[in-house]
Amino acid sequence: MFKMTPNVIRNLLHKKATRRYPRVTRPAFEDVRGALFNDVTKCTFCGACAMKCPSQCITVDRKDGKWTYELFACVFCGICADICPAESLHQQGEYRLPLPGRETITLQGKPKHNIEKTTKISKEKNDDSKD
Amino acid sequence: MTKTIIPFGPQHPVLPEPLHLTLTVEDEIITEVFPALGFVHRGLEELAIRRDFQQMIQVVERVCGICSMIHAMCYCQGVEELMEIEVPPRAKMLRIIWSELHRIQSHLLWLGLFADSFGFESLFMQLWKIREKVLDINEATTGNRVIVSVNLIGGVRRDLSAEQMKWILSHLSWVEEEIGRLETTLLSDYTVKKRTVGKGVLTREKAFELGAVGPTARGSGVAQDMRLLGYSAFDRLDFEPVVETDGDCYARSRVRFHEVRRSIDIVRQAASKIPGGEIRIKVKGRPEGETFSRIEQPRGELFYYIKTNGSKNLERLRIRTPTFANIPALLSILPGMWLSDVPVVVLSIDPCISCTER
Amino acid sequence: MLHDVTCVSLEALVGEVAKIKVHGYRFVTLTGVERDADTFDIFYHFDKNLTLKHFKLSVSKGVSVPSITPVYFAAFLVENEIQDLFGIIFDGLVVDYERTLYLEPETKVTPFCRCTVIRTPGVEPTPDAAAASEDN
Repeated sequence: MFKMTPNVIRNLLHKKATRRYPRVTRPAFEDVRGALFNDVTKCTFCGACAMKCPSQCITVDRKDGKWTYELFACVFCGICADICPAESLHQQGEYRLPLPGRETITLQGKPKHNIEKTTKISKEKNDDSKD
Repeated sequence: MTKTIIPFGPQHPVLPEPLHLTLTVEDEIITEVFPALGFVHRGLEELAIRRDFQQMIQVVERVCGICSMIHAMCYCQGVEELMEIEVPPRAKMLRIIWSELHRIQSHLLWLGLFADSFGFESLFMQLWKIREKVLDINEATTGNRVIVSVNLIGGVRRDLSAEQMKWILSHLSWVEEEIGRLETTLLSDYTVKKRTVGKGVLTREKAFELGAVGPTARGSGVAQDMRLLGYSAFDRLDFEPVVETDGDCYARSRVRFHEVRRSIDIVRQAASKIPGGEIRIKVKGRPEGETFSRIEQPRGELFYYIKTNGSKNLERLRIRTPTFANIPALLSILPGMWLSDVPVVVLSIDPCISCTER
Repeated sequence: MLHDVTCVSLEALVGEVAKIKVHGYRFVTLTGVERDADTFDIFYHFDKNLTLKHFKLSVSKGVSVPSITPVYFAAFLVENEIQDLFGIIFDGLVVDYERTLYLEPETKVTPFCRCTVIRTPGVEPTPDAAAASEDN
């Protein structure tokens, strides 16, 4: 009949299992997939993150050097951070805090000139091969 | 005797996900049941045609919130078979460790909801306190608590160091000790037995005929467990399914309780037998052909049919989840029961409706 | 890869399924696949002792398929789902939702293959619905 009683007494004598959040917070573990950040000075605007994103929340404009990120469509899977060749995308250890409205982050950077050159050369080559 | 028609659901305190049953009741005894689904249908099978086969891993993980890693594992296994990729043995063992952790966490969630369904809220809180430790393991090793996203075609994304392995095993020892303390309450308490023994009996023949899977079938004596197929690295581990013969709610809860212990044992075996080596291999090319893949989810047998034609996107992805197979079994056990036993019996098949309707 | 796939015809379907039940196979599921603009393939999956066996039925659009629910009652849910998503009508369904299992009554076009018009059992499709599906 009193099968839960030993458990109850033990819980009364030990410390609490819950934490008084938000006054007391637990420090996050390492490598937690938190909010996504882009260091736009390193970004080459290759567009790999936009192609691979499963929820299609990133748009990259190569010519103008714009990187647009829909904050609320992102599922924080981390695939973009894993494949970024310039290692400019990384995930912080803290989760994104709630916000009052939907936001889109647009970052403006400098597109690298040699990328423009290589695209021009490859375009000309393609035209030659078509002829 | 007058007939009354009572709607059960879609919002009910005992259901984790929306399911609607129209119960025809005569003098508190149920005579007919008619289910209605479609409250969380998201059309994820059609999304397979629009996303390429590597992005589909993330989509497939989100079919179910509780057993998400196992969906991704089944999908990756199917595509790896089509592309004839040999996954490194270390990645196979790591997948087993994470999938068994998922199973432990899912069963502890269910045991808590089960206790809550007959009003034993303090037991519910104690079981979820234990579950928090398992979620902490998930977060520290993979980066997320529930939708862990560690599978990739060709392996896994994260590795476990020897230190992390020791830490996981020490936490699991704590989990085992704590559920050992709750075992007498959960399985031999007078009130618990009164509410569950003899309720919702599913005979062995009916379970087999109606295609029941998972603990619903194993509680009725059908020893069927997809882990015996030997997928991933299960052929290197000693494993026997947990089977009970009574077929009532009590037997099903015993099956799930002992499966938690069995899963802790599997994780210990995997941690001792894990080989070194790389955790993923590079994938080139695109899949072509059709295949199926089966895995044991916490709720039963998960069945995937994948059809590809050499392009980036899949042509057809068919997912048959275990609750889809257990609903006809539920419809056969409800008639003849008291109305007050309905929440306990509906919960005893572990309904995961978001899986069912994708 | 798929092993053990047997092709069956419309007339032989229920007979083959009844034979397989006697042999002790458990029902797993059905899969509907759109093969090309005029045909559907329906796969029937069965399991015994962890080995799968499949039947494949090719059916042209507009033809109704005999239901296997008199043999395996558990198939009623998945046959209703295929009715909703693909527009194939099953004859003799023991429990028929008449394509309201997942879809609303106002939906005109099947979600899966946009060239099929929704057909409610016993009701002929109207010309408006056919025109709407061609636009989509």
